[in-house]
Amino acid sequence: MTDETAVLSPSAAGSKQPAAEGGGRGQVWRSRRYRWDLRWSPYAFVAPFFLFFAAFGLFPLLYTGWAALHQVELTDPDNMTWVGLKNFTRLWDDEFFWNALRNTVTIGLLSTVPQLAIALGLAHLLNYKMRGSAFFRVAVLTPYATSVAAATLVFVLLFGRDYGMVNWALSAVGLGSVDWQNGTFASQLAVSTIVIWRWTGYNALIYLAAMQAVPGELYESAALDGASRWQQFLHVTVPSLRPTIFFTCVVSTIGATQLFGEPLLFNGGAGATGGSEHQFQTLGLYLYEQGWVNLHLGRASAIAWAMFLILLVIAGAARLLRGRGASR
Amino acid sequence: MRAHARARRTLATAVTAVGAAALLLAGCAQDPTEKPQGGAPAGDKAKTTLTVGVFGAFGLQEAGLYDEYMAQNPGIRIEQTSIERNENYYPQLLTHLGTGSGLADIQAVEVNNIAEITATQADKLVDLGKAPGVDKAAYLPWKWAQGTASTAKGGATVGLGTDIGPQGICYRKDLFEAAGLPTDRAAVGALWAGDWNKYLETGKAYKAKAGAGKAFVDSASGVMAAVTGSSAQRFYDEQGKVVYKSNPAVRGAFDLAASFSGEGLSAKLQQFTPAWDQGFANGSFATVSCPAWMLGYIQDKAGPAGKDKWDVAQAPKPSNWGGSFLVVPKAGKHTEEAAKLAAWLTAPAQQAKLFEKRGSFPSASASYKLPAVSGARHEYFGGAPIGEIFAKAAEGVPVTVVGPKDLVISQNLADIGMLQVDQKGRSAQEGWEAAVKAIDNALDQ
Repeated sequence: MTDETAVLSPSAAGSKQPAAEGGGRGQVWRSRRYRWDLRWSPYAFVAPFFLFFAAFGLFPLLYTGWAALHQVELTDPDNMTWVGLKNFTRLWDDEFFWNALRNTVTIGLLSTVPQLAIALGLAHLLNYKMRGSAFFRVAVLTPYATSVAAATLVFVLLFGRDYGMVNWALSAVGLGSVDWQNGTFASQLAVSTIVIWRWTGYNALIYLAAMQAVPGELYESAALDGASRWQQFLHVTVPSLRPTIFFTCVVSTIGATQLFGEPLLFNGGAGATGGSEHQFQTLGLYLYEQGWVNLHLGRASAIAWAMFLILLVIAGAARLLRGRGASR
Repeated sequence: MRAHARARRTLATAVTAVGAAALLLAGCAQDPTEKPQGGAPAGDKAKTTLTVGVFGAFGLQEAGLYDEYMAQNPGIRIEQTSIERNENYYPQLLTHLGTGSGLADIQAVEVNNIAEITATQADKLVDLGKAPGVDKAAYLPWKWAQGTASTAKGGATVGLGTDIGPQGICYRKDLFEAAGLPTDRAAVGALWAGDWNKYLETGKAYKAKAGAGKAFVDSASGVMAAVTGSSAQRFYDEQGKVVYKSNPAVRGAFDLAASFSGEGLSAKLQQFTPAWDQGFANGSFATVSCPAWMLGYIQDKAGPAGKDKWDVAQAPKPSNWGGSFLVVPKAGKHTEEAAKLAAWLTAPAQQAKLFEKRGSFPSASASYKLPAVSGARHEYFGGAPIGEIFAKAAEGVPVTVVGPKDLVISQNLADIGMLQVDQKGRSAQEGWEAAVKAIDNALDQ
């Protein structure tokens, strides 16, 4: 054991002299402390995050799960009545929940798929050598820096039924106007547009960062082999970016599942209903409506957990798919 | 009546204010700097800081009432915290009442929430009916009743009324003239006096002359809010049972409002949305149900171009939409001082000042005789004697039975049921069924 500590501790080797008993004990103590330091310090360094996570992440998560098993109202939050899984089983028969889930999926697809495709193309363009590239790179990020509230307010005006600019343009080319707020597909498309506008630039920059890590020789040799820009994009860029694309897909899916601000504010003054037929009420909005408008905290908690479980299922499915893709 | 009347007034700005609300929340932490005057001589009390929590632009501070009170009471300092939207303010108030912490000494409560507060939180609030300086006789009886818990819950008056929303009908003189209708406000009021159906008939006459493209009302749900606001029993009965489904007054109001849409008299707008605001500016409709607080809103949205075009007449029946209360939580540090302040803020003289400066119509009927109210005229609305018009409406409003879930019911009736009828062209029956389904889901425990 002493040999081992001598090896580990640089100072121990220098001081290994026939010293007094006390010095030897101090040496043992120091080396032991050094070992503890080596073993436990990293945990101390990461501890603050995990303490905060336990307080503000894990505890609320577990408490929400606990509340989901009770009937509890915001008017009297201390008074919890045990109802078991009733809050979850009732979701099964709750047409508003299924409607919200369906809307979340369609709005998620309508926003995520074009968003990532456009981002990939944008990143490819930004990756060219050109004048003022820094300007363009900052410019694509500006929508992301805008607040949801401000962006949505502008889009609400653009998509106005009577005086909106989109309808004005559509009428100008003879297509007639659309009631963006009330049509099921129209409203979902409008909400998706806001999401796409806000997040495309953000994803483009992530792709751009990954593209710059692709070795230039690959492009050079591809060019020597006579590959066009498009072929280079398809056969060099996209395969090299596969892990990054997977990452953005996961992040966008999580974002789409939690979609809240855009549909809430798209509804003008009506709050969390998501339109007169709930046509763009997402799971996030339905959760908010149950918890903070109708004041049923137990039911809202059950929806929150259902959303969490749905995300876990999606993540599991993605892992399976990716596993298969990698082994191919 | 319709959700969060007051908060929604500022809704156009409130959309951006979601961000601002976060700031306000952050600023919500109480300033603990009480100034104990070091070594103060006996009898010279240290300053007491009272906090007032409100939503939206409540107006007490803006009308200078706090400054006046502090000048009269040198020992008191008043601080106000505000959250822009009642949707955010009210759940937070409930959470704070539940935990007994984070409360201001005085808290504002919106009329749609007052029944839930008196029914579920009365034991956590000070009985202001017994506070010094409070005179029950000075208030409108129905307003006093709304702030009072049922005898089963102790019968305490926990909420003192601030403003109310007695309704008139605002109309465009130029559009009325073009359609061959009278423009004088007394003659206009006479067109539909006493019966909401006459309002519908006037609409039909208007449409026949005005031609396509000009609607008579802004929205069907605005009509519904006005009509339900004029009946004593709405969504709950006196025993606190939900009766909106079987109450002919509610269904009647729904069907009447739906026929405005069916007859093509509605501009099919949703109230408190940007499109609605644009409607005021563009003159897309000739009339709108007009609680007292709506006048300022119209002036804002219709702008200088609308001056001398708008006027206000008596509504077919007296009706109320909106208003607020002040409550004093028992968990506060200075409940006695707070009760005194709440009593002063809601006394007739102060309510009259609030009306003069901010246009919030007083719930203390004793103030209607004060010149600030009785002689009030609104320049923008052709110098209409608004004090007279709205006082007459206020005194005619029946003692409305309010219930804990009034807000949820009225909101779903308007934003689900009536909106489907108005904007999607569904039948009244289909709209009604959709609203009932949504309300059942919301109320179901």
